[in-house]
Amino acid sequence: MARIAGVNIPTNKRVPIALTYIHGIGHTKAGQIVDKVGIAHEKRVSELTDAEVIQIREVIDSDHMVEGDLRREVAINVKRMMDLGCYRGLRHRRNLPVRGQRTHTNARTRKGPARSIAGKKK
Amino acid sequence: MARSVSKGPFVDGYLLKKADAARASGRRDVIKIWSRRSTIIPQFVGLTFGVYNGRKHIPVLVSEDMVGHKFGEFSPTRTYYGHGSDKKVKRK
Repeated sequence: MARIAGVNIPTNKRVPIALTYIHGIGHTKAGQIVDKVGIAHEKRVSELTDAEVIQIREVIDSDHMVEGDLRREVAINVKRMMDLGCYRGLRHRRNLPVRGQRTHTNARTRKGPARSIAGKKK
Repeated sequence: MARSVSKGPFVDGYLLKKADAARASGRRDVIKIWSRRSTIIPQFVGLTFGVYNGRKHIPVLVSEDMVGHKFGEFSPTRTYYGHGSDKKVKRK
């Protein structure tokens, strides 16, 4: 069990995959981290030495914003737009798609589960 | 895709003149503009613009945070207050 960047305890998966369990690290960044530390991509988390785990931790701390900090920054940005009263802020306030997608149909990710409209049928 | 930095921000030229004029005078009244496409630049901070939304001019007091946004973002063009609680629809 390795504890990296707070609460994340990736399992006995390959290191680049396990790292993507951290919020803010996807496949690209995970690959970069592994390259920088100099571990083989095939290596499993369970096979990591303590020194390697510490190295990974250091690389993430210095180069990447992850987890709480990242979430906070995103939340601040969203809040800024909402307070500003700009179009994107208004869309966030109403929980509608922000980037100009259609809302006639779809947009279920933002709008949540479909609510049936009473008496719509003729 | 974002605009190339080398071009600098886009602002319709006459806005600068209007802003300067407003500064020079009382800097009180709303400056009516139609240029929703112009970027808000630091010179505009503190002035009030009436941004046209196709029907009327929406007053926008430009604050420091707004720099970098476009005027159009602060003047919604659509009116929608949601569907009312449809009463008559019940009786199919």
